[in-house]
Amino acid sequence: MTAAPAERRAVVRDSLSVGAAVGAYGFAFGAASVSAGLSVLQTCLLSLLAFTGGTQFAVVSVVAGGGGTGAALGSGLLLGARNMLYAMRLAPLLHVRGLRRFVAALGTIDESTAMAVARDDDDLARVAFWWTFIGVFTFWNLSTLLGAVAGSLIDPQTIGLDAVVPAAFLAFLAPRLRAGAVEKRVAVGGASIAAVLIPLTPPGVPVLASCAALLLAGRMR
Amino acid sequence: MSLWPLVLGTIAGCYLLKLAGYFVPSRVLDHPQVRRLVELVPVALLAALVVVEALADGRHIDWNGARMAGFAAGAVAVWRRAPFIVVVVVAGLVAALLRLA
Repeated sequence: MTAAPAERRAVVRDSLSVGAAVGAYGFAFGAASVSAGLSVLQTCLLSLLAFTGGTQFAVVSVVAGGGGTGAALGSGLLLGARNMLYAMRLAPLLHVRGLRRFVAALGTIDESTAMAVARDDDDLARVAFWWTFIGVFTFWNLSTLLGAVAGSLIDPQTIGLDAVVPAAFLAFLAPRLRAGAVEKRVAVGGASIAAVLIPLTPPGVPVLASCAALLLAGRMR
Repeated sequence: MSLWPLVLGTIAGCYLLKLAGYFVPSRVLDHPQVRRLVELVPVALLAALVVVEALADGRHIDWNGARMAGFAAGAVAVWRRAPFIVVVVVAGLVAALLRLA
């Protein structure tokens, strides 16, 4: 099954524009990362090879707050686990074999998955996956580099980075909150746990401990 | 403390999680309960990160006026379903301008 060229072009265009949209976020990540104490090289390696925005942001956020390696890595990987589910969803669509599987794995993120699974046609789903990957990868890494360099030249507070980071996490959370009542309950629970623990525990722990809010999800339906 | 162990651990962990989805037979992990758990964990973590980033300075609660105003402006943009770039620019701009004032 091969889609019409015009349809394919439309999917490519949409996919690349999703890539452009992450640029601002990449810039914020780059600046936040160097202000947390990571070098420009470490910041860029995270964007090139971990390549999963929310997780990268969570890791540098915990570091910036003074959290240890364990808490930072734990929060990051718990957030990154969703990519495994995306990969399971994409595997039968993409039909990737051999080395291409290792490349497809790198590109398995929120945006590429959302763009691919939205198509009814497997061929278009593949086009959407690869082009969203290419678009996001290009813009995310360029903007990370720019943000990291900018963040090491100027005080990030003067550009309001400390307000941007929580707003960015909220923007990430919002579509999930709109998904249902259980999500809202878990979010309020997680936020409350974190707020209570900030003065009581070492930095990083309030974020990890928020997972206890899942108990509020009841029987997880 | 060197940050290299954390950077390399994050890279390895994130990549292996992605890769696992292509290699692990889906029947092993594809239970509704596991799926729901993996969907809900980010909700709790992201909500906690919002609070910590907005309020915490180490182990102290720190009400910084400019940061709060910028965050609030960003939150309104999120609520209005503004594109991501608008959220980022609005939050940063409001905080930055208040600091100049």
